[in-house]
Amino acid sequence: MAIEVRIPTILRNLTDDAKVVEGQGSDLGELVADLETRHPGIQERLMQDGKLRRFINVYLNDEDVRFVGGLDAELSDGDNVTILPAVAGGSR
Amino acid sequence: MRYDSLLDSLGGTPLVGLPRLSPSPEVRLWAKLEDRNPTGSVKDRAAFYMIEQAEKDGRLSPGCTILEPTSGNTGISLAMVAKLRGYRMVCVMPENTSAERKQLLAMWGAEVYFSEAAGGSNEAVRVAKEMAAENPDWVMLYQYGNPANARAHYETTGPELLQDLPEITHFVAGLGTTGTLMGVGRYLREHRTDVRIVAAEPRYGELVYGLRNIDEGFVPELYDESVLTTRFSVPSEAALKRTRELLDKEGIFAGISTGGSLHAAMAMARKAERAGERADIAFVIADAGWKYLSTGAYEGSLDEAEERLEGQLWA
Repeated sequence: MAIEVRIPTILRNLTDDAKVVEGQGSDLGELVADLETRHPGIQERLMQDGKLRRFINVYLNDEDVRFVGGLDAELSDGDNVTILPAVAGGSR
Repeated sequence: MRYDSLLDSLGGTPLVGLPRLSPSPEVRLWAKLEDRNPTGSVKDRAAFYMIEQAEKDGRLSPGCTILEPTSGNTGISLAMVAKLRGYRMVCVMPENTSAERKQLLAMWGAEVYFSEAAGGSNEAVRVAKEMAAENPDWVMLYQYGNPANARAHYETTGPELLQDLPEITHFVAGLGTTGTLMGVGRYLREHRTDVRIVAAEPRYGELVYGLRNIDEGFVPELYDESVLTTRFSVPSEAALKRTRELLDKEGIFAGISTGGSLHAAMAMARKAERAGERADIAFVIADAGWKYLSTGAYEGSLDEAEERLEGQLWA
């Protein structure tokens, strides 16, 4: 099951400068664990104490995952995941 | 329909079905045509309510100066109401907003001060607050924190939607001052407890983002996350694509932020369809496309338009 993951500039040192990588998993937590196998260090940049870090926003098909289960958000083949550092513009 | 004056014609906008973009007869999309307001945007409602309230509170009397940080539409609405009511209008807006907006503001008699593009709306808010401190007799209505902004939608937009679409299941709008979502959201919840309130916020390219940092994060005072069911962050290319789809398939010529709301509305429609649920999804056409013609959003290929839009604020 392929999920397209968009990587922000600040994390591209972990992906050989790739803007987009592929991963798999039936939920977001599994996807992050899968990415960690090929891009060591990424899990720690995204998660803290088993949760998404506060200043990282993750979007599933452009929807903020915090509203759809966080790391438990279910994924399907062909979904797009976008990782972004939280910045201005109404972010919490 | 006959009205005593332009301001009396505010609101009461049409709600139109989108038969070609709706996925099925059970999952339907509806557009609330807010571009049919006096100055052509949803902001007329908030502007009118905020000025009325300030008059009632005794904060505004003829000859007063109104100051507002705005990337365009609110300023245009306020300038129109201010002109009719005898106030001077001063706007602070980011320098990278479209040329048409600047001209429109000037046309309705507003004085415009520009804030640095890099800071976006946040910088405009900061500069306006500074100017307000230097000119204590000026009145800043401050759309981001003025309860009359949300109340305009609680008392008008919300009831209009429920009356036209009693079977409403979702309401989708852009997230800026949050006034539309907070006001309509609260009203609909009181009458349809299961209604889903969906926010679509603009996501700009890294060209705009790269210049900001986390400490500059700005949450409007009106924002109450508990009103929202979910929130979408819509990239420029998706907003552009949907804006064009709306034109191609349904003949509606809307501004780019409306494309963002349509993107979120269509995502919710797809989810409802997958889950086998009935849905009546209403979203807001915040304004028409006229003000954005100079951005090149409607010409040439999508890629070309996207490139032209890079670094510009579209909501």
